[in-house]
Amino acid sequence: MADKPTDRNEKSGMSRRAFIKNTGLVAGGVVGGGLFGGLFTNQLQKKSPVTPHENTSGGLQDARVFINRAEDFDILSAATERLFPKDDLGPGAIELGIPYFIDKQLAGEWGMNSKEYMKGPFITNIQAAGTHNVKRDQDTQGPNAATQVPTPTPRYQSILNRSEVFTLGLRKINEVAQKDFGARFVDLDPEKQDEVLRMFEEGKVEMKGVGSSNFFSLLLQTTIEGAYADPVYGGNKDMMGWKMKEYPGPRASFLNDIEKEEFIKMDPVSLRNYQGH
Amino acid sequence: MVVKLDKVDVVIVGTGWAGGVVSAELSKAGYKVVALERGKNVTRDDYIGVKDELRYTNRYEMMQNLAPETITSRNYIDEAALPVRTRKEMMAGTDLGGGSVHWAGATYRWKAYDFEIKSKTIERYGKAKIPNDMTIQDWGITYDEMEKYYDRWEKTAGISGEPDPLGDKRSSDYPNPPMKESPAIRLFKDATKKMGYHPYQVASGNLSQAYTNPDGEQINQCMFCSFCTQYGCDFGAKSDPLVTVIPTAMKTGNFEVRTGSYVKRVLYKGGKATGVLYVDNMTGIEYEQPADVVVLAAFTFTNNRLLLLSGIGRPYNPKTKKGVIGRNFNAQFNITFLGARGFFKDKKFNSYMGAGALGATLSDFAGDNFDHSKLDFINGGGIELRQYGSGAIATNHVPNGTPSWGPEFKKNSIYYTNRSYVAWYTMATMSYWHNFVDLDPTYTDSFNDPLLRITYKYTDQDKNMAKFGIEKCSEIMKEMGADIVDEDEVPQEFDHVYDGGHYAGGVIMGADPETSAVNNYLQMWDVDNLFVVGGSAFPQFAGHHPTATIGALGYRASEGIEKYLKNGGQLVKGKQESASV
Repeated sequence: MADKPTDRNEKSGMSRRAFIKNTGLVAGGVVGGGLFGGLFTNQLQKKSPVTPHENTSGGLQDARVFINRAEDFDILSAATERLFPKDDLGPGAIELGIPYFIDKQLAGEWGMNSKEYMKGPFITNIQAAGTHNVKRDQDTQGPNAATQVPTPTPRYQSILNRSEVFTLGLRKINEVAQKDFGARFVDLDPEKQDEVLRMFEEGKVEMKGVGSSNFFSLLLQTTIEGAYADPVYGGNKDMMGWKMKEYPGPRASFLNDIEKEEFIKMDPVSLRNYQGH
Repeated sequence: MVVKLDKVDVVIVGTGWAGGVVSAELSKAGYKVVALERGKNVTRDDYIGVKDELRYTNRYEMMQNLAPETITSRNYIDEAALPVRTRKEMMAGTDLGGGSVHWAGATYRWKAYDFEIKSKTIERYGKAKIPNDMTIQDWGITYDEMEKYYDRWEKTAGISGEPDPLGDKRSSDYPNPPMKESPAIRLFKDATKKMGYHPYQVASGNLSQAYTNPDGEQINQCMFCSFCTQYGCDFGAKSDPLVTVIPTAMKTGNFEVRTGSYVKRVLYKGGKATGVLYVDNMTGIEYEQPADVVVLAAFTFTNNRLLLLSGIGRPYNPKTKKGVIGRNFNAQFNITFLGARGFFKDKKFNSYMGAGALGATLSDFAGDNFDHSKLDFINGGGIELRQYGSGAIATNHVPNGTPSWGPEFKKNSIYYTNRSYVAWYTMATMSYWHNFVDLDPTYTDSFNDPLLRITYKYTDQDKNMAKFGIEKCSEIMKEMGADIVDEDEVPQEFDHVYDGGHYAGGVIMGADPETSAVNNYLQMWDVDNLFVVGGSAFPQFAGHHPTATIGALGYRASEGIEKYLKNGGQLVKGKQESASV
């Protein structure tokens, strides 16, 4: 942990060195590749201006409504950027607004598990297996019959709702980074960050009340959702996710195109366009 | 305190295709009909302009709220079942029109073979072909008898299609021509024709042209907009109860639908159903709705659960193998719809366009269309290539070996977004003594009534058939010219994910009251004025999508209910068949 506190970008909580190495981006502000050099010396403290236009989800949604601690949000930003990194195809998680998308999801019905069955008793696989099953290839794994815990079981058996799982998980990421790699997660090299994330993916990290692979699975699911959901939810900023995929957004009709052989590329439209707001 | 309401002729639980068809037919015949729907009231307006993948596909907007009630699930009879808690794992449609509103539209008639599977299997292969554990049985009705009901429903729904070249006899063509062919569909058809198979266009409940059905209901032409499966239609162009049978029933003046009405019990006295007990979700007030005839036409889970909660019929006991309610639960789970995905390096498709039932299919490996003498399974399934129209969130298919996140995932998932297709096997699932439903001893709903418990495991038959289908699909994908073909793996165990809507049985049809709950009019053997309609009546699951058969059973039941209302009594004489396993 070589970086001094003064070396930090106050806004992101990320050290300057790690920040540049990892992303070229700062959570909440977007910096293009061309600005990279300038950024290094003097633009770090500045938020690049957001210029809303007709089809943008704008900057007004870029504020936390669920996650209290800025530090937790920075971990979320850094982790999602590793899952969906910026590359020459286009923006990564931070630039797409994915951390804000996830924050908003956690504040709502889905994050609160309000339409899920949350009545006890909660018999968690984690007591026996250290993880809930999250993926189909885990179906054959689990405790043996002697434990009296059925295998495999329906996957979600936690008493925690998703927003609680995220809060615990994000803090656990930092704990693991500190313990195993001697630095805060946001300060680690990308390769080390990936190692930490992989430990969660493989369920090797012990979490209370939920398997770490369950948390990882939710993190990955929401990252992908944030890249490609309609921009009204705060991710897929300016439909940049859709542009990468050449996805046209909600359209009234493909009746005249459905039989055509050649690929038809369309500029995307959003739900806002479609509904005529 | 329970508020007792005035008696009606018929009370129906559920407003999907099953309840909708019965509602329309009986109210047209002049009977006073009340339908109870647990979900909210919706109209076509609810589905206009809401093309939102996150909300509908990923957050299950049209699916049952599980907070008050879900199911529990286990594989083996000596295990404790656990609740299926999230809507990602348990999707059943709700609201007016039920699961029949969010359906894709794929329409198949089940085969003459399916309705007489046990007899026909023994006839062709001998008794030894049916394993001891397997409890398949004939339906007590033949395809020839079912044909007119299929025909009726297809006309009501305006199905757009062409006949299966290997299909059974039809009295008339589909009412509308097949859907347009996309390049991917052409590729599948060309390849499979070359292989000597008989591809044809999937018959579709997304309409190929504007249509007025025999009841005078207008259904619009499909726009291929892709927001179809798990959505209500933006254009009234997908055939569902909201644009057909429910308005037909409404027009008669004899029909009332009460949404937000959660039925808790079928009331039963002196060998007859006297009505139902339900609670109004908005007020919490309980009502008794008396009726001459009670029709359970809810989802499979609810039909079974209401009978078990009400103490009607003899519950199935897997230890003694006696009893009928809950017996022969059968379904298409994660071992069905397996196949092979092809990745095309240099070919791009307009994959974002499509419709729920847009696709090509073939029946060369369905039912008993192929010789099973040397195969280690019976029955089969369709092979389909569907072009639903890929959502941006859903479409992240990457060749095997690609990590599931990070730079390589991003690169491949974006590259192959419009460059991959899957062919899958819609295989049949047979029934077994060890697959059944009953009431859970531990978990309860918000009224403290027990949840329904599913016990379900796979057998060698399932695994062998899945493997066979995957190989066929893989060959097809290669013939289609895919550069990479990834084959699905056969799961070893049922994964407790209920996400396809194809769950059936438990209140099954048959000729013998010892092994079936309802006769071939869907009338309960034990209770003359109680009819149980829907997928719950399937004794086993055929190798094609189920909706047309549920619609057809709706017409069959309507005929039976009318007969009962006129003459009373048991409509069919039960036969004693050879003892079950």
